[in-house]
Amino acid sequence: MAGRVVLIEDEANIAEAIRFLLSREGWQVDVHADGSSALSVIKAAEPDLVILDLMLPGKSGMEIIREIREVEELSHLPVLMLTARGQLKDREMAERAGVTRFMTKPFSNTEVLTAVRDLNAQARQTQASSVRDAG
Amino acid sequence: MTSLNLLATVSLGYVAILFMVAFWADRQALRGRSARFMRSPLIYTLSLSIYCTAWTFYGAVGYAARSGMEYVTIYLGPTLVMIGWWWGLRKLVRVGRSQRISSIADLLSARYGKSNVLAIGVTLLAVVGVTPYIALQLQSITLSVAIFAEADPTRSHNESGTVFWIAMGLACFAILFGTRNLNANERHHGVVMAVALEAVVKLIALVAVGVFVVWGLAGGIEETLARIDRSPIGHWQVDGGRWTAITFLAAAAFVCLPRMFQVMVVENEDERHLRTAAWAFPTYLLLISIFVVPIAALGLELLPQGSNPDLFVLTLPLSQGQNGLAMLSFLGGFSSATSMVIVAAMSLSTMVSNHIVMPIWLRSTGAFKGASVSGDVRSVVLFARRFSIAAIMGLGYAYYQISGGGAALAAIGLISFSGIAQILPALVGGLFWRGATRAGALAGLTIGFAIWGYTLLLPEVAGGVFSASTLANGPFGLSWLRPQALFGIEGFDPIVHCVLWSMSLNVAAFALVSVISFPSPMERLQGAQFVHVFDHSAGPGGWTGSVAQSEDLMIMSQRILGPEDAQNFFQAALRRQGGPGPLPEPTPSFLEQLERELSASIGAAAAHAMIGQIVSGAAVSVEDLLAVADESAQLLEYSSRLEAQSKELSRTALQLRDTNQKLTQLSEQKDAFLSQVSHELRTPMTSVRAFSEILRDEPGLTAAEQHKYASIIHDEALRLTRLLNDLLDLSVLESGAVSLNVSTRRLGDVLDHALSSALAGADGPLQIIRDRDREAVEVETDVDRLSQVFINLIANAQKYCTATDPELRIHVRSNGDRVEVDLADNGAGIPVDFHEMIFEKFSRVTPERAGGAGLGLAICKEIMRKLGGDISFLSEQEGAAFRVTLPIRLKIEEIR
Repeated sequence: MAGRVVLIEDEANIAEAIRFLLSREGWQVDVHADGSSALSVIKAAEPDLVILDLMLPGKSGMEIIREIREVEELSHLPVLMLTARGQLKDREMAERAGVTRFMTKPFSNTEVLTAVRDLNAQARQTQASSVRDAG
Repeated sequence: MTSLNLLATVSLGYVAILFMVAFWADRQALRGRSARFMRSPLIYTLSLSIYCTAWTFYGAVGYAARSGMEYVTIYLGPTLVMIGWWWGLRKLVRVGRSQRISSIADLLSARYGKSNVLAIGVTLLAVVGVTPYIALQLQSITLSVAIFAEADPTRSHNESGTVFWIAMGLACFAILFGTRNLNANERHHGVVMAVALEAVVKLIALVAVGVFVVWGLAGGIEETLARIDRSPIGHWQVDGGRWTAITFLAAAAFVCLPRMFQVMVVENEDERHLRTAAWAFPTYLLLISIFVVPIAALGLELLPQGSNPDLFVLTLPLSQGQNGLAMLSFLGGFSSATSMVIVAAMSLSTMVSNHIVMPIWLRSTGAFKGASVSGDVRSVVLFARRFSIAAIMGLGYAYYQISGGGAALAAIGLISFSGIAQILPALVGGLFWRGATRAGALAGLTIGFAIWGYTLLLPEVAGGVFSASTLANGPFGLSWLRPQALFGIEGFDPIVHCVLWSMSLNVAAFALVSVISFPSPMERLQGAQFVHVFDHSAGPGGWTGSVAQSEDLMIMSQRILGPEDAQNFFQAALRRQGGPGPLPEPTPSFLEQLERELSASIGAAAAHAMIGQIVSGAAVSVEDLLAVADESAQLLEYSSRLEAQSKELSRTALQLRDTNQKLTQLSEQKDAFLSQVSHELRTPMTSVRAFSEILRDEPGLTAAEQHKYASIIHDEALRLTRLLNDLLDLSVLESGAVSLNVSTRRLGDVLDHALSSALAGADGPLQIIRDRDREAVEVETDVDRLSQVFINLIANAQKYCTATDPELRIHVRSNGDRVEVDLADNGAGIPVDFHEMIFEKFSRVTPERAGGAGLGLAICKEIMRKLGGDISFLSEQEGAAFRVTLPIRLKIEEIR
């Protein structure tokens, strides 16, 4: 069961590749290249998953994930962060900031797809249990 | 009748008490807790009474019986010195302490430049002068014992045997208590206590006899005075010459006698004791002399004709059946004799061993080099002292035996005084006259000694030396050399004659030779130390009472160690001692610890000198000062070295900090750079990998899709190549390893080439506006590199100029030996925020990736630096405007 993905990525070619892959899996992919407006785009789209680049024009991925986690409805939203910098301290910082999964570029397509599937499944489980608890 | 056995028993008992007292006092002093009275000025005063020997005890009465009131001169001399010259004695004591003087010979030697010849001379003089005196004491004991022996017919009396054993016993006492320790500064508390006790005994004995005579025999004071008037004593004529001479001799002897120097200076505990002694000692002399005349008068009257008046003190009580009183009187005489002999032997032995035995031993064993008192030398010194004591006692005994114990001994006292008095000019001169020299002292002493020997000692004592004709007509018939009438001056009493000639010639020689001779530097130094001793040394405050000493030590320690450490040290010491506090007693062990503690801070010599100054009142000696100065110099040098080192260190530390900062900056820059490079490499590679996998894994791709994705891969591969080229280029430029290929070209041609390269295949409608005339200037530079800069700028304009009709204006201006090329487009320009960083590596202004990694302008900046020019951003222009400046003629040397 695929859903809606918001992809924040300023590299057009990379965005194109991810969109191609996820579309094949049945995801609806909204691509957005600017960091400063990312939060409002995510709020508006109400996605099931966010894929977020670290280095973005306008606002960095690290700032965006902090803003996302400050919004209550978005606190459990699965976020997959991508980065080309590949430094260990970036990963630690991202995980502290609330990123669900962290991936270093370049990646294989399988890796991206597996990560997206895992995050989706986890999210559904969490949702189901919270529904059960509520019920 | 008192039996000899009882006398022997009492004597032995008395001697035993003396040993015990001396032993006890030594023990107490050794433990550092001598009782307060032991350090009292009265003990000091009593110890001075060794001036009153058996000669005074017995002899004064005899003297009075023979010569009337003249005996008073013997007491008058010291009294005058004590009262009228106590300030001189104070100086003597101060010098003795400050210079750590061990004897009168040592004093003169020290004053006159540490002269050993002088020391030996004085020592010999003292031995010659004092030995008969010791013999006199031995004789007095024998005579007094003989009196009792006469009275005890049951026993046969062996006179010489008695003397021998007495001499032995006294030698033992002197060795036991006089050579306990080596340091001249350490006092012989045991001996001093014993001497003080004997002083009391002899005073009590004489006063008791006197009281018995005046009130027991004569029947009151008035009756006594009447009897004196009737006796021959009342009719003696006073000889003014003799009075003056003998008073002077007694005064001189009081100051110069080795034994007097011993008790007055060496054994002095506190300079201020002199103040008490100044009145107490004359009082003692008054008490001991006041009954002399009554005893003499009554003796002459009551005892049979021909009785020895020297023994009236004994025989008068005995004749009246007062055996107990006679026994007491005997003990008084015994005390006088023994105390004198002990102290005299002790002081002489110090002189003999220090100035004669030790120098000979040291020279013979070659131990002179580094002859500090090591354990080995120490035992030698002790042996030398003990040996000297035995030798001196032996000498006294021998003299007694040879002289036959005759009446000749009676005259010994004054003869001895006259000899010793020869030291006086050198001594007083040394204390008060800086001009006094060693040569002067030697001359005075030699002449004085010679005249004394010639005019008094030989004729009077060794009568056989001179024949009667020599005495009457002079040697070889030279009448002006008659021993007792030098230079034809006759009619004088022998004593007066000797004193007159010896003293006047002594003083004259001393003064004259001193004036004409030059003192050595050491003499000068020592002279100043002696004469100005009160300026150099600290006042006498604070070294009497133990508490006062501790307080001073505390104050000094605080200055050196700091208040806290000093407090801690003193508290710890107090706890160890277990005393009541608030301060610890200055025991030897405590002082030793303190000295060690202080020497850690200020050096051993300084610590020793400072503690010595407080505890013993010893002022800082020349050697101490030199040692301190030496140490200070070393410390100074050391600290200046340390200072230099610490400056060096802080310089190094500063350099290290700078370097570290630079390294940290470089490291951060490197990290940032690597992170950037990583990002720039990974980004195109991500696209390449993703699309190559899509192409590989997705079978259902349309041909258009396949082409599109392949093109993306191709573009990204190109981007990677460009990036790598740029990186390598920049690396080469920055490392300085770039080689410039200089040639001359028209600037216009360079621009032409750049424009055609940059715009080749470009589809944009970028309009180029140029002024060709201005571009005619010839430049001598690396044309390819300059062209690269222009290409970069033109390509940027072409890529980023967002105007609808994009144009690039190229404006050339020659400015002396430099030329400026402005390239300005009509686009939106660069946002102000980026102006500062556009020449930084990886700086990018626009989000769009036009294939640039942000290294272009950084490379341009680096190239222009290499070409001796510059590139700057013109922020006041509307569009993006850059100015390239370069020298018309590139001089490579100027750039480096």
